[in-house]
Amino acid sequence: MGAAALREQFDSFLGGPLDWRARPLPDTVPSGIAEILLPRGGLVEIVGPASSGRTSLLLSILAAAGARQEACALVDAEDAFDPGSAAAAGVRLERLLWVRCGHNAEHALKAADLLIQGGGFGLAILDLGDTPPATARRISLTSWFRLRRAVEHTPAVLVTVARQSLASACASLVLECGRECAAWSGAAPPSRLLRGMRARATSTHGSRTCSPVFTVAAL
Amino acid sequence: MFACLHGSGALTALALEFSPVVEATGAGTVAFDVSGLDRLFGHPQDLAAAIARRAAEVQVKANLSLADNPDAAICAARGFSGVHVIPRGDEGKFLGELPLDLLRPSAELRDTLERWGIRRFRDLAALAPLGIAERLGPEGLRLRERARGEAERKLVPVEEPARFEDAIEPEYPVDLLCPLEFLLARLLNGLATRLATRGLATDELRLRLGLETGATHERTLRLPVPSLDSKAMLKLMRLDLEAHPPPAPVVHVWLGTRPVHPRAAQGGLYAPMAPEPVKLELTLARIRMVVGDGRVGTPELLDTHRPDAFRMTEFGAARKAAQPPIQARLALRRFRPPRRARVEIASGKPGFVTAEGIRGRVLDLAGPWRTSGDWWTAEPWSRDEWDIALSDGALYRIYCEPKGWFVEGNYD
Repeated sequence: MGAAALREQFDSFLGGPLDWRARPLPDTVPSGIAEILLPRGGLVEIVGPASSGRTSLLLSILAAAGARQEACALVDAEDAFDPGSAAAAGVRLERLLWVRCGHNAEHALKAADLLIQGGGFGLAILDLGDTPPATARRISLTSWFRLRRAVEHTPAVLVTVARQSLASACASLVLECGRECAAWSGAAPPSRLLRGMRARATSTHGSRTCSPVFTVAAL
Repeated sequence: MFACLHGSGALTALALEFSPVVEATGAGTVAFDVSGLDRLFGHPQDLAAAIARRAAEVQVKANLSLADNPDAAICAARGFSGVHVIPRGDEGKFLGELPLDLLRPSAELRDTLERWGIRRFRDLAALAPLGIAERLGPEGLRLRERARGEAERKLVPVEEPARFEDAIEPEYPVDLLCPLEFLLARLLNGLATRLATRGLATDELRLRLGLETGATHERTLRLPVPSLDSKAMLKLMRLDLEAHPPPAPVVHVWLGTRPVHPRAAQGGLYAPMAPEPVKLELTLARIRMVVGDGRVGTPELLDTHRPDAFRMTEFGAARKAAQPPIQARLALRRFRPPRRARVEIASGKPGFVTAEGIRGRVLDLAGPWRTSGDWWTAEPWSRDEWDIALSDGALYRIYCEPKGWFVEGNYD
């Protein structure tokens, strides 16, 4: 029996041709924004300049994790987290561990490492969103590999927020945020209001690409 | 099988580590029931070795004997020094050489026996029971039974101590954390063993250090769940003492625990993942060492309109609330503390804003929104808020209060 016949027989037994080189897709969790799925056991980077919708996307991810009853940890390098905004976005604050690092990126990295090595969190976030790029770039690639290795083969998702991509090859998914427009209403002050913002998150890493547009409303 | 300890030290505490039925027989003597411990320790010799080892650990100096009945064990412990295991059926032979005074007969009986020339256990054991009953009555018979090692009786157990605490005094003042840790380890292990033998755990550790200056240094550690993990407790205590070291050398260490029933809960097969409580407490203690106290926890919003009003609570301690509705909201990234700004006013509105890391012309704006509150307290607040879009591409919230202009954060 030739190899082709054998393959055909095998495929018919399995119910279709099998791509032996294809790797199984990682388990994913919803982010709260349609089209964006986060890989479990992966490092996800959310990057973009100020007012690009990074934090709104982050709160959406936190709210979705809270709805799954998962414990979440937020390591906040610049002490920028606003509990009021988070509560309005549907984040379950009682399931959130907030570590305030007081403008010290090194402390934030240490705290994130300790939390991730300790395990048990469904979502761990390292927020370097307001850290100066020069400081953030000093975090060595080894540190990022260490964090990536710590979450690998666990059901946890590690999310980092920064102005630009820092983890490079260690990231499973990089979401680059950009503001499309801010929504204002009313002609002139005092009747004018900031109604919200339209932002786009573009995947710039990995085989799967997406660029969903999401709208966030002001408080 | 019964065991008896005769000597000095915390005899009752040591006995309670092995058995819940402990009798304080007399000054410096405790007897306890060790029936069934062969399944844990094996032969009586192994059990005796385990008790002797533990006695050495807790600095108890005592004779130890094991026998088939309590009185034989008590007599052997009082009469022979060291560790002895009396084989079943050989009690009379084993105890034969001991003086009769160990049986503590009444003065009248002792005089009578002395006149008869009976001074040792074996002399009394050899007498006929009928003759003893006729001449010495029931007390004489009981004494003969004990001399032969055949007296059977129940132990009268002592009341279990309600408090679980221990203290130690080092030989010299301890001024380093490392040797102090050794002392704490000894106390913690003993307390954990005592709790474990009663099927209890602890959720609170109270440490009181007596200092060379005469002052005391007190620390209280609360565990998220009842635990008996002495290693984890020691690590927690070490981290706490590193963060709050005693101000002077330590001359006395007292450690108390609150006994509680251990948590009996089975995790669900499909329950969402959550950190293991004691491990998490250790992790949080380590993080507190890095970022400082009061900077790790769960935020809890306060019932006020004051901006950025929240307090930090312990993670896991906050009251479970219903799932709030999930909706995409524009988030504010706060600057803590708010950045002082210089704002150029044009036509009664902000026209140009300069602050640390921020500089730009105002392209669009909304406001002002006047808010105030707490005017009835010592810390009133009032401000005019503006939402602005700057030429640097970002959206900010700025406000003006009596102290001047500030940038509160940016919308992101």
